[in-house]
Amino acid sequence: MSETQQADEEQVAGKVKKFMFVNRKAPYGTIYALEGLEVVLISAAFDQDVSLAFVDDGVYQLAKGQQTKPLEVKNFSPAYRALEGYDIEKLYVERESLEARGLSEADLLVDVQVMPAAEMAVLMAVQDVVISF
Amino acid sequence: MLHIVNKSPYERNALESCLRFALPGSALLLIEDGVYAATRGSVAEAGLREAMQRLEVYALQPDLEARGMAERVLDGVRLVDYGGFVDLVCAQPSCQSWL
Amino acid sequence: MKLGILVNEGPYTHEASDTAYRFARAALEKGHKIYRVFFYHDGVNNSTKYTEPPQDDRHIVNRWSKLAAEHGVDLVVCVAAGLRRGIRDELLAPGFRISGLGQLVEAGIQGERLVVFGD
Repeated sequence: MSETQQADEEQVAGKVKKFMFVNRKAPYGTIYALEGLEVVLISAAFDQDVSLAFVDDGVYQLAKGQQTKPLEVKNFSPAYRALEGYDIEKLYVERESLEARGLSEADLLVDVQVMPAAEMAVLMAVQDVVISF
Repeated sequence: MLHIVNKSPYERNALESCLRFALPGSALLLIEDGVYAATRGSVAEAGLREAMQRLEVYALQPDLEARGMAERVLDGVRLVDYGGFVDLVCAQPSCQSWL
Repeated sequence: MKLGILVNEGPYTHEASDTAYRFARAALEKGHKIYRVFFYHDGVNNSTKYTEPPQDDRHIVNRWSKLAAEHGVDLVVCVAAGLRRGIRDELLAPGFRISGLGQLVEAGIQGERLVVFGD
């Protein structure tokens, strides 16, 4: 852990806010999914109440079977499975976005809560901080 | 919540998605290319008229003016400047940018 | 209010940095405090000292530097995103500093609002 990170953590010790990271973009076509995940992992170190929402093309980030060798880029999808180890377990997927893409929960590489937009909207509304990439 | 949309409704589905999640009592602010959705006759007009029944819709005036769209704003869309943008952020308990 | 700002895109190509800057300036004029402006993804490109826009165009990097100088606004460039894009200390314009993603999370915790500007 770097010195600045340690200092940050000491300063904010005790304050717990609800952070939601909203993912609406597909992986690999742009860097937002990958760099977005890096923020999520750092937020774990601050003991915040973290959740991830996957909407629109963001649901593709969780698709099973990503094979990136021909692209010669890093396959970062295993990181979604590693989130649990960081106590980040609230992964919400919008049902309409899944179905519009011909996907089902069985096509996803990690355990998630699939829910309709109306239900996710309520969760979004109670967040303190919503970060999109 | 203050929902912020910055893309044209013809280019991205950001506004369409935002409106699926915006609860009554929240506010929607259209900025940058998002202001095109606030103009009469756009593809977003019907959706926006419906949304205005349950949430407040604002558009950033400088962005409308830059695009020559200031005379084409839908009735019911309130215009704000950057000061108004700041006020909206402070008035709602949180904000979300639909990128 | 204490406001945090996240800028996800670089100067000129997207309007994000302009909108963020004008928002920040309006907030300061109203007496609010900008806790931090954090630059992520291509937003790190707002921090480099060799940009040379045409004379009759706004100088985005210098505008941010001026905001830091006149109002003490903390301008933070993500170290990881910066390194990826070839940005290191010796390239920084005045007022910018390089630090970790923790500074973004901390801005979310300490600020009363966090506003995101991007694509």
